[in-house]
Amino acid sequence: MSSVTPAIDSEQNSDALPDQTLIHIEKLNAWYGDFQAIHDLSLDIPKHKVTAFIGPSGCGKSTLLKWINRMNDVVPGARAKGRLAITGDASNDHVEIDVLDPGLDVVGLRRKVGIVFQKPNPFPKSIYDNVAFGPRLHMKTSKSELDELVEWSLQKAAVWDEVKDRLHGPALGLSGGQQQRLCIARAIAVGPEVLLMDEPCSALDPSSTLAIEDLIFELRTQYTIVIVTHNMQQASRCSDKTAFFFEGRLIEAGPTEQVFTRPQQKQTDDYVRGKFG
Amino acid sequence: MTLPKSLQNREFRSTRWGVLSERLIVISLALCATATVLITIGIIYMLITQSAGFFRSDAVTMSGFLTDTEWTALQSKDLAQAKFGIMPLLSGTFRVTLIAMIISLPLGLITAIYLSEFASAKIRSWLKPTLEIIAGVPTVVLGYFAILVISPSLQLFSDGAFSTFNATSAGIAVGILCLPMVCSLSEDAMRAVPRSLREGAYGLGCTPFETSVKVVVPAALSGIISAFLLAFSRAIGETMVVALAAGTLPTMTLDPTQQAQTMTGFIVEMIKSESEYGTVQYYSLYAVAVTLFTITFLMTLVGQIIRRRFKESYQ
Repeated sequence: MSSVTPAIDSEQNSDALPDQTLIHIEKLNAWYGDFQAIHDLSLDIPKHKVTAFIGPSGCGKSTLLKWINRMNDVVPGARAKGRLAITGDASNDHVEIDVLDPGLDVVGLRRKVGIVFQKPNPFPKSIYDNVAFGPRLHMKTSKSELDELVEWSLQKAAVWDEVKDRLHGPALGLSGGQQQRLCIARAIAVGPEVLLMDEPCSALDPSSTLAIEDLIFELRTQYTIVIVTHNMQQASRCSDKTAFFFEGRLIEAGPTEQVFTRPQQKQTDDYVRGKFG
Repeated sequence: MTLPKSLQNREFRSTRWGVLSERLIVISLALCATATVLITIGIIYMLITQSAGFFRSDAVTMSGFLTDTEWTALQSKDLAQAKFGIMPLLSGTFRVTLIAMIISLPLGLITAIYLSEFASAKIRSWLKPTLEIIAGVPTVVLGYFAILVISPSLQLFSDGAFSTFNATSAGIAVGILCLPMVCSLSEDAMRAVPRSLREGAYGLGCTPFETSVKVVVPAALSGIISAFLLAFSRAIGETMVVALAAGTLPTMTLDPTQQAQTMTGFIVEMIKSESEYGTVQYYSLYAVAVTLFTITFLMTLVGQIIRRRFKESYQ
């Protein structure tokens, strides 16, 4: 991995790079109260790629996603054991984060690992204030810097052209698809490295879904994206790596194309062919 | 497959009675709803006709009523010497109400934030009933609490600067009275804020406190403001506490250590007093009641407008 020469511009050529692990999960077990939701799960999530978690309801894919930025902290009775680390990167001096460390600065973690939810959840504020919410919370910025950041984020989230004339209008006045892209803009405005997406299109119509999928494909050049989805076509369309979960265990993980065309496990085969789930 | 017997016979009950009884039910429901409208009209009619007895008198002018700074309806038996300027009563009411709001709004809102966002189920199960006990205390008891506990404490801590009956002790007691209302209505509004908004805030790196203050409270603002306005109207209209603890002298001042007869306090005193029915002094109580009614009516109106405005931009 360290053989990657910094001369390669990762923003342009992420497909050409060999996989570099960003999130390393080893022997993870997770519970809600007495119910064990994840069993002995090990998985590597590559940097600047889209990794899709698929599997039937209750298979633990959302639980795993929400442990990556410790969203489960607010769920009573949720706990996890094992190793979940955001690994160091040779090309810059960032240190490894032990996500499950009880003393971890969760605020700092969530700034690095943003999340987009199933249902668009813009705050009942203006479009501008939604995007500026995170930056105002975490950084000292001047008005003009903030304006620039808001525009950049909205452009990155491919929603700028639709909202630039009504930045100070209510975010809840936007359509569902626009709201979801606004939520993506809000998440990237704090400069995360990882974007977690929990079924980001399941509440949207087909054309909005397509817009978000295009966006996800775009964003992976700069962000490591983990997406939970029920939609098999979506996983095959927009992910590089796919992990199939069943009853709290990882059944199979590999390049998306391989998981969908030549799965190694029978359960995976049955699921991706739509025999159950 | 054959149909079951009951469906083969098809002996259904006639629907004629059903239609008729449905109509009767709707009519009686509408009559009940009309009752509230009729009661309101009745009250307004009574206030206007009775206060006419006051405003028609030669001893009274409308401008004098609104701007004079002395009110001696109780003290002057002789009509020629009586002064009818409502400002002192208004000043008394607003002194007491202001103090009540200073106590109940912040305390109620903070308690609501704690209950809705932080308290464990166990603490909630203790705190909520305690608040309901306060809400259930008869106001006359709170009035005596103001006289026997709050007022002497104030005198003790201020070296006797407070008079026995004063606006502050009455205001504090009225504040205690409004507290459960502010708290439970604000808490309802905050609990109605969807969980997804809180998750959104956590996901952006908010601490639980930042989440409550920056996301939950703003999202629940219309409900919180309605709670505040309701408490305000409640404080303005509160009678027993102020009749007992605020004093009987209408004073035109900002000094919270002094007596403060409020509009409601005056109405009670006047009804109890020996002023004869039919005198201008007696009818003045209706003029005060009209003023009170107008103020609370305007508050309700403002509340509706605010709620509508916030709803528009937040949904």
